[in-house]
Amino acid sequence: MPLSNIYNIYRTMEEENVLLSFKGIVTSELLTTVLNIMENKMHTLHESPVKQKKVFNVLVECLQNLYHHVDPNMGDLTASRADLEKQSAIVLVVRDANQFIIRTGNYIENRKVSKLKERLNTINSMNSEQLKCFYQERLNISTVSSKGTAGLGMIDIARKSGNKLDFEFLEINDQTSFFCLNVKID
Amino acid sequence: MENLELTASAKTPEVIFNRENGMLRLKGRSIPENSIEFYKPLYDWVDNYSSSPNQETTIEVMLEYFNTSSSKCLLDLFKKLERLNGGSSNVNVHWYFEEDDEDMAEAGEDYQAIIKLPFKMIEIKEI
Repeated sequence: MPLSNIYNIYRTMEEENVLLSFKGIVTSELLTTVLNIMENKMHTLHESPVKQKKVFNVLVECLQNLYHHVDPNMGDLTASRADLEKQSAIVLVVRDANQFIIRTGNYIENRKVSKLKERLNTINSMNSEQLKCFYQERLNISTVSSKGTAGLGMIDIARKSGNKLDFEFLEINDQTSFFCLNVKID
Repeated sequence: MENLELTASAKTPEVIFNRENGMLRLKGRSIPENSIEFYKPLYDWVDNYSSSPNQETTIEVMLEYFNTSSSKCLLDLFKKLERLNGGSSNVNVHWYFEEDDEDMAEAGEDYQAIIKLPFKMIEIKEI
């Protein structure tokens, strides 16, 4: 990689108004640190407490989605580079003129794409009142998996952000796609 | 039976469950990746408490944030208290939320819609 690429990456992030970024495997410790940094940043930006909480909440859910996506058996040193990359994700927190945007990207197996797509489309078809009912219904009947997931994350993200979820699945090969999610918080 | 007291951490709330006065308090943030590990001892305590509860039981939920993993665990905690209510103890929920925090107020309404316990919504300046 030519050294000037460092500047190119920097410029891209600057132009995109990136406040915070991370690429790699999302661990529990990393989550704690990122949330801590983000909280301090918002504090210094003098955002309203309401906005700070919304951003924090949505970021927690987004990061924990990425965290749960990591296969606990795959993070060891014997894993191949390709296997490790599949565990890896990207998170960008962007601050535009008047809104925060959280962008995430992670690999997903192709066979899981249609189910997730369907779920996101269902969520996007709902207004805030419908989302509220849907959340309550899911909350009441869902069970927490051994990993600690309750299947409520995306509904909560949509509800708190107050916006539709922008997403895209990029097919990488016949087994894997890259899932891009863009969440705007007014 | 002993009281349950846990100090707050970066991802878990302070817990003070008092046997003598029936005051059960959760305060701070509840955002662990796997909330079951955290809530299991709380369930055990409530099960134990339910065998000889105080006449009045009040759960004070003073959370600044909680994640969806915790939201399900909170519901299960409320369900335990719902079963306790009306028998040997009168159970009340005090749901605190910070000024203008509509999301947290709505979260309280979500539980109110599901759980048959009297909820008191309390708006305060800062948790």
